[in-house]
Amino acid sequence: MAGETCEHIDGLTVSPAGGFELSQIWAWLDQVLDPEVPALSVVDLGVIRQVEWRCGRLLVQVTPTYSGCPATRAIEQALVAHLQTKGVVDVCIERVLAPAWSSDWITARGRERLLEYGIVPPVHAGPGRFPWSRAKPAIGCPQCAAPSPELVSEFGSTACKAQYRCRACKEPFEYFKCI
Amino acid sequence: MSESAALAEFALRMGDSALILGHRLSEWTGHAPVLEEELASANVALDLLGQAQLWLSLAGELEGRGRSADDLAYLREPSAYRNLLLAEQLNGDFGHTLVRQFLFDAWNHLLLDALCAHPHARVAEIAEKASKEVRYHLERSSDWVVRLGDGTDESHRRVGAALEILWPYTGELFVLSASCPAATIVIDARWRELVDMVLQRATLDMPNDEWAQSGGIDGRHTEHLGKLLAEMQSLQRAYPGASW
Repeated sequence: MAGETCEHIDGLTVSPAGGFELSQIWAWLDQVLDPEVPALSVVDLGVIRQVEWRCGRLLVQVTPTYSGCPATRAIEQALVAHLQTKGVVDVCIERVLAPAWSSDWITARGRERLLEYGIVPPVHAGPGRFPWSRAKPAIGCPQCAAPSPELVSEFGSTACKAQYRCRACKEPFEYFKCI
Repeated sequence: MSESAALAEFALRMGDSALILGHRLSEWTGHAPVLEEELASANVALDLLGQAQLWLSLAGELEGRGRSADDLAYLREPSAYRNLLLAEQLNGDFGHTLVRQFLFDAWNHLLLDALCAHPHARVAEIAEKASKEVRYHLERSSDWVVRLGDGTDESHRRVGAALEILWPYTGELFVLSASCPAATIVIDARWRELVDMVLQRATLDMPNDEWAQSGGIDGRHTEHLGKLLAEMQSLQRAYPGASW
């Protein structure tokens, strides 16, 4: 039984339940927010890679955005706890590394929510080799929509964001980086 | 040495280098010259700690003695550490830290790119994950080397001096990358080309290769590592098995 090789986090193992449709499970997962960017659900963020029933146990594959992201474990614990409140008692989390998470996996709805929250969603810059051939992303200010903001730093309050400043309204803002 | 043991050793060298450099960078927390760079240093340190955890977990599994990444990080003596000497060098001033980071990032970027095609699936997975992050590290550190090198007389003089001091530690980078089993990794020439391109923009001269320090990846370290580990491991030493 493949499920038996899974480890349960923090002793949250309880009796198998099962019986829920996977679409229902996805809807519940969509209610769990990213603790560092609470505008996004974990489904919007694209970190839930697969959900399936295995021998009466729910297997959820999760991938980290950045390898050192401290939210990864918090997300895993939050989604187990949330599913348990819905009656899904036997949940097994499997952390997968490959394929490596890409900001392309943020959903269209997630991108809208990011922008409403004041964070500019990732934009593909042109291709290019290091270090100067790569074009900077064409983004605008989330407050006043003025183009060509100035890059302050490639790192922001979290590793996944860069800091920019609008040249028109002078407001600082964050940009969710492409990786 | 079996291939599995050789791969465990390589993973240990990669993990230790990321861990020690990450810890060094974290020493800037609370001391960086501006808030933005405080955040950037901490975020690069965090990426490196995450990568260290991946490499050290792999090293522990391949070793087969039941040691976790935490066991390897917190419960080894300096002589059992296999990190690059470059990673353990003191931070110095902000420019010195950025020169050290740039020399390392350029190498790490090229190495991880090459390791994405490694026949061992876990090595390739870790490399693919880490390379996405390291691209941003290199972008930041190379930008700063240019900005400081091509900056004021004072900043030019300081990063130029840092380059001279740190250069003898760069030879070991290629001993480590060439020690990767089941792949032939030759990135020396591309590293020189990349570094030279950045130094030219920074109006800095590439130092001569007169003499190279070595020994870190075989466990022979400078005096700085013991002091770093004394701080990093103090909690586990005082309270064995403590966890959050």
